Amino acid sequence: MTMITGLLTGLVFGFLLQKGRVLRYEKQLGALRLMDMTIIKFMLSAILVGMVGLYVMQDLGMDVLQLKPSIMGGNIIGGLLFGIGWGLFGLCPGTAIGALGEGRWHALFGIFGMILGASVYAALHPWMSETVLTWGDFGKITIPDALGLNHWIVIVVMILLVLALFRWFEKLKL
Amino acid sequence: MKAYDDGGWNPYLAGALVGVLSIVSVAFTGKYLGASTTFVRAAASLEQTVAPERVAGNVYYKKNTAKLDWQGMVLIGILAGAALGALHDRSFKAESVPPMWEERFGPNIWKRGAVAFVGGMFALFGARLADGCPSGHGLSGLMQLSVSGFVSLVFFFAGGLLVANLIYRRHA
Repeated sequence: MTMITGLLTGLVFGFLLQKGRVLRYEKQLGALRLMDMTIIKFMLSAILVGMVGLYVMQDLGMDVLQLKPSIMGGNIIGGLLFGIGWGLFGLCPGTAIGALGEGRWHALFGIFGMILGASVYAALHPWMSETVLTWGDFGKITIPDALGLNHWIVIVVMILLVLALFRWFEKLKL
Repeated sequence: MKAYDDGGWNPYLAGALVGVLSIVSVAFTGKYLGASTTFVRAAASLEQTVAPERVAGNVYYKKNTAKLDWQGMVLIGILAGAALGALHDRSFKAESVPPMWEERFGPNIWKRGAVAFVGGMFALFGARLADGCPSGHGLSGLMQLSVSGFVSLVFFFAGGLLVANLIYRRHA
């Protein structure tokens, strides 16, 4: 059953990624070169809708949150390394697979690189967990926790900020 | 500036539907979208064929064993879903070098391949160190308002902006 739900979820996800045109090198580099904000619009729209749904479920007592620990060493250094690689490759792990589905077979080079990167990380993980992954470990916290605010205040502020950003993108025709 | 458009849906709509998909997935199966862990499992299964004792002795591979799980099936689904979408709107194209890359750096497949390979290596290494990629941290993390999702996403873009603007600044 897990396998079937995974496949179905992936099918819909891949279809939507393709229809949103976010599987293209041009769209990802377009965002990083500040020329075309398609992927930002796509991601932030998903986040706004998901956020409201998840917190409604959470407040109904469904206990849906599965937070990853906030470890600044890992999030910042790992985040930067990811970004450097992303700027070179122009696709991320999920979209690389989708790009391949669209026929963009050049994604394979990056996919092989990613598998090697995973292997290198596995070899270095013991060292990382004694160093980088101990720096600034705040545990599983949310932005509302960190700010000491009710989550709906954060959600409303975020919606307003993102909508303002969208308006600005449209004004600049990005 | 959007020089590479060929139809497709409004990105706000397609994105919002991914939000709905996430909600449905969490509500019915308790699973959040993600992608990068599958590359660790793939690495484990490849390494197993050449150095099984190395895989067996690695803590990280013990946590992420060489098996096809829910997330692995999601990636297979993404491959098929993207292919279906591309066939549906006739945008499927066998492409050996991305057009934007070719405009600046030429049609050499190996030049593009080498940069993409090195980039992929850094990207996955970084994603595992950060404990997530733009799906796991960007989408799933940030929609939970997680601090780790927010910080990671900011630094994904910081690194990406820096490198993309450096490599496209002048001819290589």
